[in-house]
Amino acid sequence: MIEIDVHRRPDGVAVVVPKGRLNMVAAWQMKEILALLVSEGSARIVVDLEQTTFLDSSGLGALIGGLKSARQAGGDLRIARPTAEVMTVFQLTNMDKVLRPRDDVDSAFDV
Amino acid sequence: MTRRLLLIRLVVLLTALLGTNYVVWRWLFSVNWSAWWLAVPLVVAETYSLIDSLLFGLTMWRLKDRGEPPPAPPDRTVDVFIATYNEPVDMVMTTARAALAITYPHETWILDDGNRPEMRAAAEAEGIGWITRSADWTNMPRHAKAGNLNNALLSTEGEFLLILDADQVPLPEILDRTLGYFEDEQMALVQTPQWFVNVPESDPLGSQAPLFYGPIQQGKDGWNAAFFCGSNAVIRREALMQLGVSRYAGEVEVGVHRALRTAGTVIERARKQLGPGDEGVVRALDQIQYDIGRARRELARGVALFDVTYRFQQRIAVIRRELVEADLTALQADLAVIRELEAIAGEPGEGLATLSPVALEQMAHRDWSPLGAVETVQALVDAVDVSRSDEAQPIMPLATISVTEDMATCMRLHGLGWRSAYHDEVLAHGLAPEDLSTMLTQRLRWAQGTVQVMFRENPLVQRRLTWAQRLMYFGTMWSYLSGFAAIVYIGAPVVYLTLGILPVQALSTDFFLRLVPFLIVNQLLFFIVAAGRPTWRGQQYSLALFPVWIKAFTSAFGNVFLRRDLDFAVTQKTGASDEGPRWDLIKPQLIAMGALVLAVGVGLVRLAVGQATPFGTLFNIVWVLFDLAIFSVIIRAALYRGFDPGVSPETPHGGATT
Repeated sequence: MIEIDVHRRPDGVAVVVPKGRLNMVAAWQMKEILALLVSEGSARIVVDLEQTTFLDSSGLGALIGGLKSARQAGGDLRIARPTAEVMTVFQLTNMDKVLRPRDDVDSAFDV
Repeated sequence: MTRRLLLIRLVVLLTALLGTNYVVWRWLFSVNWSAWWLAVPLVVAETYSLIDSLLFGLTMWRLKDRGEPPPAPPDRTVDVFIATYNEPVDMVMTTARAALAITYPHETWILDDGNRPEMRAAAEAEGIGWITRSADWTNMPRHAKAGNLNNALLSTEGEFLLILDADQVPLPEILDRTLGYFEDEQMALVQTPQWFVNVPESDPLGSQAPLFYGPIQQGKDGWNAAFFCGSNAVIRREALMQLGVSRYAGEVEVGVHRALRTAGTVIERARKQLGPGDEGVVRALDQIQYDIGRARRELARGVALFDVTYRFQQRIAVIRRELVEADLTALQADLAVIRELEAIAGEPGEGLATLSPVALEQMAHRDWSPLGAVETVQALVDAVDVSRSDEAQPIMPLATISVTEDMATCMRLHGLGWRSAYHDEVLAHGLAPEDLSTMLTQRLRWAQGTVQVMFRENPLVQRRLTWAQRLMYFGTMWSYLSGFAAIVYIGAPVVYLTLGILPVQALSTDFFLRLVPFLIVNQLLFFIVAAGRPTWRGQQYSLALFPVWIKAFTSAFGNVFLRRDLDFAVTQKTGASDEGPRWDLIKPQLIAMGALVLAVGVGLVRLAVGQATPFGTLFNIVWVLFDLAIFSVIIRAALYRGFDPGVSPETPHGGATT
């Protein structure tokens, strides 16, 4: 089962860390967490994918869904440090152009 | 029929008659029921020994001495396999050089399961082939030596294989003396003896098996049940491959049926574990359940298994694609919204990404499948397939159900109607363990392997074996039960001497008239079939290693039925260690011997004070002395300090024919 850590930085950016397989059964959990963050006013979100070992179309859908709500609320969702496995999925689906992966969690909102 | 065989049969008949007469009389007329807790175990142990003796007699009934082998035909292709895991490179190379020097044309391969660079370099420097596991084996069950051989079978192509352990140095004529048997097209296997050079005449560790590699194998050969013993054997590749292919087809069928049978429960359980946001998954599970039902009905209608699994997998692919499609459609909608937002904000560029049909196909591929999220269901879907995703290779010719692959493989070959032969001539010089600890580990491993086969593929119910073949395999398994009988044979005299309780009604003339002749003809049978080969060491060890045999049963039972680990250890064949004697390894035997000696003391005191009869005491003391003589070997084994090459034994029976 997946474990998703969430914490808020002093600058207001929320950091979400999914640990494990972000797949069909984990996607709804991810969706709920992202929706909750946005509704609570944390529309600037970094998803740290360093410990995410697998991503399928549902997991990808959850991320894009989160991106949409964040943008609608005037914020943004950025992804950082994807593993090679996860990066392959972004490339296969061309999503690396929409969600440009950042190398670093701390500076994900700097550029 | 030779005069020897006639004599053997006569004594076999006599032994069977006298033995049955004794044991039937014991059950019907002489069990001391008032001491049933002692009497019943003893009569059961005696019955065990009688059956052991009958099975031995049956083995000897058709003793087959093949004599000179037929000449080896020219132009056969042969691969010589030297299986190694962690043996010293020097040792392996000694064997490999001897293998190169085999006179019959062949190719030599070192099967290096340890994947050691130094082993590879040494092999290649001398032009010897080196094979290690292919990439297919990554993260798959390795199956020890059987896996190593199965791997090599797929990367070589000789018609015949000579299989050697790393410490079995072949003689140059080994192929010339064995290939001739394969002119019989039904012949799958020719086994030759395992004989060890680093063993003194007295053989304190019981390494040589002169009775097994001799009369017992020859007897099994008479019933077309000569055993494969893992090394020093030549095998016909076609037989192994046929075995592999037929097992594959059979196992796929079993696997698919089992998966379909349990499918309902698996899907139901998966459904319960799903969270509230998983409607899509629930729908997919419903569809899979429907398709499982369809596959079942198709099989019931008699549609070919491979067609059913193919169609099933096609439909699962559709389900996967639908799941991905649903995800990606939602994703597209989100992207559209994001694009609108960007247009409002006037941001250029980034939002141009669209999803191509290629992306859909790829995300629906097995490796990325959303179904993988429900692991139990994915495993179920995989099981309704023919690719055997749980094994490195679909075809596994050498049996993997046991730590000793040889016996199970041979039994399956016999089940397919192949023949085997035992050629009684030493054609390789091996190394035996030189210390008690290694010897005990090795015996335990053999016993465990045999018991595993008995539990997993009991020979008695293998319909394609003849009854005699079933009994030949069963006999070897039965002999390992002697550990339990040994406890009774130690306990009974101890109980009599200390407590005065007799398990038989009386030590009457009747008792001795039935027992003694049976014991005598039984020993006579041993004496005749052995024809000068030493048998006492083997008789000693069959009782003296009783803790090993018992552990083999309990651990194999735990492994097969409770899925516990077998504590499997690869036998290490290097010299003796420098520590003192390992008394700790033979504690049960020492305790048993102590109890026996103590019992004699108590028995003599009881006799002196008039609480015991002279005859009963004497009889039980003789029994104790016999037990002690049996167990004395284990003391010698513990004190053994390794082999001194100054006293190398002569090669026995026929090995010096060159």
